Amino acid sequence: MKSILQPTLRSFLLATACAVAGPAAAVEYTQVQPAASKLDFTFRQMNVPIAGNFRRFNVLLAFDPAHPEQGKATFEVDLASVDVGSAEANDEVGGKDWFNFKATTSARFVAQSFRALGNDRYEVRGPLALKGRSREVSATFTLQERNGQALVDGTFPLRRLEFGIGEGSWGDPSVVADQVDVRFHLVATPAAGKSR
Amino acid sequence: MPTDHSRYGGPAILAHWLIAALILTLLPLGLYMHGLPLSPGKLQLYAWHKWLGITVLVLAALRLAWRLAHRPPAPAWQLRIAELTHRLLYVLMLAVPLSGWLMSSAKGFPVVWFGVLPLPDLVSKDAELATLFQQMHFVFNYSLTALLGLHIAGALKHALIDRNATLSRMLPDFGRK
Repeated sequence: MKSILQPTLRSFLLATACAVAGPAAAVEYTQVQPAASKLDFTFRQMNVPIAGNFRRFNVLLAFDPAHPEQGKATFEVDLASVDVGSAEANDEVGGKDWFNFKATTSARFVAQSFRALGNDRYEVRGPLALKGRSREVSATFTLQERNGQALVDGTFPLRRLEFGIGEGSWGDPSVVADQVDVRFHLVATPAAGKSR
Repeated sequence: MPTDHSRYGGPAILAHWLIAALILTLLPLGLYMHGLPLSPGKLQLYAWHKWLGITVLVLAALRLAWRLAHRPPAPAWQLRIAELTHRLLYVLMLAVPLSGWLMSSAKGFPVVWFGVLPLPDLVSKDAELATLFQQMHFVFNYSLTALLGLHIAGALKHALIDRNATLSRMLPDFGRK
């Protein structure tokens, strides 16, 4: 009897230990893979949705899905790497009325708080500094862990007029809408040998 | 009610003059807006050009369907040059807006008819295709302009020189009996 129970009990204990350890062995994702990550947006021009993106941006991340409230994130976006969908508009968008590349080279978002919303969804809040103005923005995102990577997909509505993006004659939201839908897709891995 | 075969039908007359007004607006508008520097006004003109252009496409398609089901008045039709001109005009009334729509799709600008009805993109964004469709749009428009010149000159010749009813068949019949 004992000789049969003993191994069974052992494997049961081992399985229990693994099940408990599984979720507790949380991973902090710190390395954002630039080549696999994207920062896109859609704006509306005469009610026509037009897609654009920033080709160069840098994200400093330290996020553990098991402890979202301790998360840290800083986005630094190279404004001159913007593509607003057409050559003509790309020539225009560096000008004073738009991003004003001469005066500002980057936009910066610093996460100040993270909140879990359930079902792998989270909310992040913090100030976005753009074109000499700073406004609090909040984004929602999902984080899914696959093959040792975290896939982060999030979105937030940017009010371009709050930041003076498109001033003067471009301030008319009936031509270019105020709201720009920004989307980020990040692929992040834990720091080498640092998974807890 | 007996059908009067010496005249075009009411819907044909309405469609003809509506399309005529739109084309005569769109041709100079297209030529003008193309050279403008980027501004909110330019975007508005482009939007209107596309909205009205799609309207021409819809009206021309309806008109072609109507034309295939209804025989036009008989006399003068036999003139081969007139028949050929009319056929080409129908082709261009469809080809010009279609090439514009294709160009807009290829440039990555979807068309939202009157800012309300989103139309499907005919092709995905592609710079080479965009250049091709732009050239097509230009060639079709210059052909259309040349044909319109021929069409209007023919109509005026019938009205002013021959003094026959060719033009009046297409004029609204405001209570005339």
